[in-house]
Amino acid sequence: MEINEFVQNFSAQFEETDASVFKADTIFREVDEWSSLTALSIIAMVDEEYSAKLTGEDIRNSNSIEDIYQIVLSKLA
Amino acid sequence: MNNPFSLLGKIILVTGASSGIGKKTAIECSKSGAQLIITGRNAERLSQTFEELEGQSHRQIVADVSVDAGLNELVSSLPKLDGIVHVAGISKPKPFAFLNRKELDEIMNTNFYGPTLLTNILIRKKLLNKNASIVFISSISGVSCSFLGGASYSASKGAINGIIKGMALELAAKQIRVNSILPGMIDTGIFDGSAISEKDLIEDRKRYPLGRYGKPEDVAYAVIYLLSDASSWITGSNLLIDGGFTLI
Repeated sequence: MEINEFVQNFSAQFEETDASVFKADTIFREVDEWSSLTALSIIAMVDEEYSAKLTGEDIRNSNSIEDIYQIVLSKLA
Repeated sequence: MNNPFSLLGKIILVTGASSGIGKKTAIECSKSGAQLIITGRNAERLSQTFEELEGQSHRQIVADVSVDAGLNELVSSLPKLDGIVHVAGISKPKPFAFLNRKELDEIMNTNFYGPTLLTNILIRKKLLNKNASIVFISSISGVSCSFLGGASYSASKGAINGIIKGMALELAAKQIRVNSILPGMIDTGIFDGSAISEKDLIEDRKRYPLGRYGKPEDVAYAVIYLLSDASSWITGSNLLIDGGFTLI
């Protein structure tokens, strides 16, 4: 797994927001389109793409996309 | 004194008895005089429930009713029953777009095929007494509403809602009653460690007009009513227990 690919998969869960908005240090909660359904979609995407189980708490405890990336990495270790 | 709500002398099978609603239901049924057969997948937690049952001659059987082997093994050791309470159930919140056949199979096996086929086998083997009562723990989700990530769970509970109508109609000839309970959110830890966070649940709790989530006993007392002779003329019904949630 590598960060750019992760950011790309992350951005794919958004319908309206342009993919160019998303960087590793993007504070995802500040993106207008962010919602609880997006959070569920991120968790499901991580399960599908990386076979890692994120929890709702993992998302809550993260600020940037990279924070989530690091949690996924730690679960794959 | 004659108490129409008593379960004295009734032999009741409770699935999913190792935790949450199933555990409390089993305990409360034992307090109402029933002789319990409790089943669940986790032996350790099941025996904790067993220790809390009041009275004698109860039984515990470890079984996974979501698979055929577990079903058959359970049924082979059962006596004739006066009631079944289908509580075993799972929820794995996931957006609809991420569902697939494997996900759907998993939830349908536990929440729909398991309880449906268990009842079917018990009927075939004539292991239900006349005047028996079957209670399915369904949900408001899938009947009145749903929740984000709850499409598969709602589908399984909606399926229960459908099959109890047909079962109730056909089993009436045997004087066997079939009903479901539609609980709103009950404090059982069903979403612990899931995609739904504790903060989400604290917010969700505020949406209940009666000001709290349900407690397992809120459901257990209704189960006792539906198992008892007090509800002799009730079949095919869905009893709503949701703290007013679906009023809004």
